[in-house]
Amino acid sequence: MISTGLYNYWVVIVLMMTGLYVVIARGNLLKKIIGLNIFQVSVIMFYVSMGKINGGTAPIVAKGFEVYSNPIPSVLMLTAIVVGVATSAVGLSLLVRIQEAYGTIEEDDIRTEERQEEIS
Amino acid sequence: MITILLDRIGRSLLPLLVAAPLLSATVCILLRRARWAWSLALVVSWGVFADAAYLLYHVVHFGPISYAQGGWRAPWGIELRLDLLNALVLVIVTGICAVVALAAPRSLAQEVPERKHYRIWALYLLCMTGLAGMTITGDAFNIFVFLEISSLSSYVLISQGTTRRALTSSVQYLVMGTIGGTFFLLGVGMIYMVTGTLNIHDMAVQLSTVGPNRTVLVALACIGVGVGIKLAVFPLHIWLPNAYTFAPAIVTAFLAATATKVAYYVLVRFVFSVFGVHLAFNELHLHVVLLPLAILAMFMGSIVAIFQSDIKRMLAYSSVAQIGYMVFGLSLASLPGLTGGIVHLFNHALMKSGLFLVMACVLLRTGSTKLEAMHGLGRKMPLTMAAFVLGGLSLAGVPATVGFVSKWFLVKGALEAGYWYLAVLVLLSSLLALVYIWRVVEVAYFRPPHPDGPEIREAPLSMLVPTWMLIGATLVFGLYTPFSVGVAQAAAKMLLGISS
Repeated sequence: MISTGLYNYWVVIVLMMTGLYVVIARGNLLKKIIGLNIFQVSVIMFYVSMGKINGGTAPIVAKGFEVYSNPIPSVLMLTAIVVGVATSAVGLSLLVRIQEAYGTIEEDDIRTEERQEEIS
Repeated sequence: MITILLDRIGRSLLPLLVAAPLLSATVCILLRRARWAWSLALVVSWGVFADAAYLLYHVVHFGPISYAQGGWRAPWGIELRLDLLNALVLVIVTGICAVVALAAPRSLAQEVPERKHYRIWALYLLCMTGLAGMTITGDAFNIFVFLEISSLSSYVLISQGTTRRALTSSVQYLVMGTIGGTFFLLGVGMIYMVTGTLNIHDMAVQLSTVGPNRTVLVALACIGVGVGIKLAVFPLHIWLPNAYTFAPAIVTAFLAATATKVAYYVLVRFVFSVFGVHLAFNELHLHVVLLPLAILAMFMGSIVAIFQSDIKRMLAYSSVAQIGYMVFGLSLASLPGLTGGIVHLFNHALMKSGLFLVMACVLLRTGSTKLEAMHGLGRKMPLTMAAFVLGGLSLAGVPATVGFVSKWFLVKGALEAGYWYLAVLVLLSSLLALVYIWRVVEVAYFRPPHPDGPEIREAPLSMLVPTWMLIGATLVFGLYTPFSVGVAQAAAKMLLGISS
């Protein structure tokens, strides 16, 4: 077995910061939703990594298998994945409505239109 | 014998709080008729309120209730657990759900096409499921799941506003809310790494043996930021004014009094029950961060509110300020401070949803929530505007209203902790509330109505009665304090570990 050390956690941090940066820096709302997804995936990786034990198997009762990984974090993440998918679905359908209402999903353009609306 | 029976009843009523609205939300979709769906939502929300009220009585007299879902005992299974703190939060949240549902049909018909109503009611019930679930669950991961159920349904509810800006505010809330939820999840994961448990009660036991280390510190920070976004603590509040302004009036009245309150409860639960006073304040110095933010929220929220021309937006900024008071009470971490925070949660829910219902009435009759639309309304809609004045006085904390009760405890807490200047700041910021309420009063009572404006009548009884139920409650609980203050004080004692 190759020891992975803290490698997983470095990936988690890189993904998390990438996701947050995309959410903050990008003006395109679609890219923001993608950034959110990357951010959520990093947390999913975090959970799955913490449950893994080097050399551990799936939690089954059988001869010769004594060390097993903690299944609970992985199970929890099934729920978190569902939540992530639902969030993206709601977000994307809102974007469709925004595209219909404003003709754009660029945040800057939307803001200019809203400002004009306020003046008139 | 009787106590065993009572215990059984209490335990079997607890899961109904989540199951009833969850199942009836799907039934709403099947019913498809606006009126039927509304009737179902009304019956369920009042039923759940009655259930919550009984459970509060039960908890006060017979002690906490614990229910093991699916028969799996805590700490392995998911536990539903009701003690004094969440029983009080539950009563106010379900009570607001019930009263707002009563007021809804007329206002909703104005803003949302009738063919969509049944879906609104399904979402309303789902949101209620999530909020009730967050409040009663004893499992940290379960809080996240219910948080997302309530958030996802509230994003959709907000997007149903009449203008297209409702859509952009909803997306803004979705992005921030998801970041908040994910940070919360991250924090829970870190506590799980340290303690190996997800049960809140068990976490507290394990953490007290672990003591402060870097992981626990980061976990507290992640949970603080995550819940802080949902709670709209000062610099994380930017989603709130837009969401409250552009959502349908009824949705605003519902969310303003429930979503942020439950988030506050979660914060209190984690800070006091899971991390504990010693770890959170003596080792991790939470108050150093939260106190200045709370003071800033009180002033910035109120000052920005003074300059708003849209009254719904003004009340939204006022919410930011009021959340500041609650966080202020929490960060004092003393008996009067925490009591003040919890009582203010209860009181603010009553007055803010009352005020937003007044705005729903104004919108129904004038077609606008702008300040200039309210010229002379004091004479044309006397009952509605009287409710606004009383609710507004309560926001400012005038004696004989609930606002006075909570500020009394906050000021007492600040003085006891030796922060006399903070007590002065609390009082000064209350004066600011008087300024923004006065602007409305002046326009409504001392300016003549628009001469060529449309004929404006008093709001319909179906909306006046619920509005006055809430505003009346602010007066009742302002004069008769044993219930709200008594329970909040007992809850604060429990959280701080003071034996009474």
